[in-house]
Amino acid sequence: MYRQTDIIEDNRTTPEGEFVINVGPQHPATHGVLHLVITLSGETIKKVEPHLGYIHRSIEKMCESLSYRQFIYVTSRMDYLSAHINNHACALCVEKGLQVEIPPRAQVIRILMDELTRIASHELWWGAMAMDLGAFTPFFHAFRERETINDIMEETCGARLTMNYMVPGGVMQDIHPNFQKRVKDFIQLYKKKIHEYDELVTGNVIFQNRMKNVGILTADDVISYGCTGPTARGSGVSCDIRKIQPYEIYGKLEFDEVLETGCDSFARYLIRIREMHQSIRIIEQLIDNIPEGDFQAKTKAVLRLPKGEFYTRVETARGELGVYIVSEGGTTPYRIKFRSPGFSNLSVLDHIARGSKIGDLVAMMGTLDLVIPDIDR
Amino acid sequence: MDVKKQSLKDSFPGEVHDLPGGGIALSKLDDLINWARSNSLWPLTFATSCCGIEMMATASAKYDFSRFGFEVARATPRQADVIIIAGTIVNKMAPVLKRLYDQMADPKYVIAMGACAISGGPFFYNTYSVVKGADHVIPVDVYIAGCPPRPEALLHSLITLQQKIKSGLTREQIKGVKPV
Amino acid sequence: MTKEELKARITELYPAAGFDDTGEWLNINIEAKDWLVLAQQLQQDDSLHFDYLFCLTCIDWKTHLTMVYHLESTQHRHTIVIKSKLDRANPEIETVSHIWRTAEFHEREVYEMFGVNFLNHPDLRLLILPDGWEGKNPLRKDFEDPVNMIRL
Repeated sequence: MYRQTDIIEDNRTTPEGEFVINVGPQHPATHGVLHLVITLSGETIKKVEPHLGYIHRSIEKMCESLSYRQFIYVTSRMDYLSAHINNHACALCVEKGLQVEIPPRAQVIRILMDELTRIASHELWWGAMAMDLGAFTPFFHAFRERETINDIMEETCGARLTMNYMVPGGVMQDIHPNFQKRVKDFIQLYKKKIHEYDELVTGNVIFQNRMKNVGILTADDVISYGCTGPTARGSGVSCDIRKIQPYEIYGKLEFDEVLETGCDSFARYLIRIREMHQSIRIIEQLIDNIPEGDFQAKTKAVLRLPKGEFYTRVETARGELGVYIVSEGGTTPYRIKFRSPGFSNLSVLDHIARGSKIGDLVAMMGTLDLVIPDIDR
Repeated sequence: MDVKKQSLKDSFPGEVHDLPGGGIALSKLDDLINWARSNSLWPLTFATSCCGIEMMATASAKYDFSRFGFEVARATPRQADVIIIAGTIVNKMAPVLKRLYDQMADPKYVIAMGACAISGGPFFYNTYSVVKGADHVIPVDVYIAGCPPRPEALLHSLITLQQKIKSGLTREQIKGVKPV
Repeated sequence: MTKEELKARITELYPAAGFDDTGEWLNINIEAKDWLVLAQQLQQDDSLHFDYLFCLTCIDWKTHLTMVYHLESTQHRHTIVIKSKLDRANPEIETVSHIWRTAEFHEREVYEMFGVNFLNHPDLRLLILPDGWEGKNPLRKDFEDPVNMIRL
């Protein structure tokens, strides 16, 4: 019933003495099902070809038959590490079509959840990347903080990973009375423990040697390949959507856009660590100033968007997510396109991996921070 | 929390007699083998999507599953005993899953984690590429509901699998071929 | 540059463009055969400098297909949307993967989902769908799959 020729035929030797190996689709690295077909000459990489589609769940086709309130739950399974931010983008797009005003309390709650999700995503990235490079201890340290954030989320949103909390108009429920206290405790805990990250990994000579001068990505290539997020900021390209086109109340908050000019894997690594600090800064500005009021604007039960096209861009933990809805005036979208950050970030892997060793490929994949369901949709 | 000290007599499948000069343990060979097998199942890391993150969370320090014997998560199917299918199976991935299952050595067990692995989950209607349930591809022993299931649910299913093995009701045990 | 200035500049480069400025960004309708020349001009012109292609997709209106390109300039921070109608029976358009490298993967995806043939693409084959799905074009509106799709 199924052909297995995809994998069998790739193990062959080309006339130049190069050989072709498969990495994945099932492999110890925790990125998900990424199948790379690597042409090697000895240990030097000649070509990397990603084969995608091992988690293609036809989300875009499915959304054409779901209503505007229903399709939001599917997107939190697309990039499950920044689930809140994905839901936020879809809710913003629908609100743009309905032209509904979000109450300030809902805006602040949404940003708090977004920034907590960003920290949780970077925590998992850090633990998983260190595990790829061979260290098991950072994994457990990262999950300690992540579990604290998950518990906070669970109390308010009801779920740990795929929270379906954002709705068009605001948020689904008001925050739990313990929310503010728990977040403040988390900030104190975080500030005490963050130095462990630098001691364990950042200052470690082995990690620095494995990541410095590995995977050089110039600024021109970044723009041409469409990379966004920390991958692009590691080469000095300023592309944070929260600064360029502020949505919600990001325009009124004080935080820095973290840029590095190293262009190598270590620069991309440092950016994510510093972004966690910036997220804590945003949370500190907001946690004591949550305005009173409604948590959801009044919208009809069955939503109909007017005829037209709507595009929203937000900054997820991986880069720029674009949600493009084409509506014909009905209750379901006519066409939805998700411009996912991982898709463009992955296309640069072949370009930066040529000429390096296979051990460096793991460091590069780690710092590109790929989540494969985001790419395959 | 009061942790009771468990002596060997409580957990051993059979009789243990304490005699002066030593002890005698009496049991059936089948029960002994099942007991040993169930307490040291090594999982295969097979995480396709979101449930994989909850599996990783179960492996980490807060809900540790190595307490139950799942200490070593092997990446190669040749050395694994149980495959935890965490995530959606799509048409392109199904032959890979079958191949991994075939490469595992007997006795092997399968846990289907999450709604996607049980029946296609949220991707059941109007999708052209999702296999509606991992049991279309390989036989499954334990199903865990949830999207994604909590780590405690995964721990409950691991304990259920252990009980299933000890009671002799898994697929290979009732097939008639005695695993030696 | 504002929408008016963009309109003026693009009319200089390509007089046959049709404009639609009702939405958030300026929409420009062009002919498929003129796309390559206009794309190079958009990228190389100093006042426009569209160097960042952030979305490339296709929409199936049941009588024809429309290719949609979203372009932004990282220097001037203006954004436009280029649309081009394609014939449903034989959809063909020039590739822009040598101008904006991100188009390579995006065009492969549009090829497999809608069946649009990109002329002179370096490597046009299936990206996300499994083997044997050439020609099936799942995202088209007339796609029927009684085996896999369970209708709600």
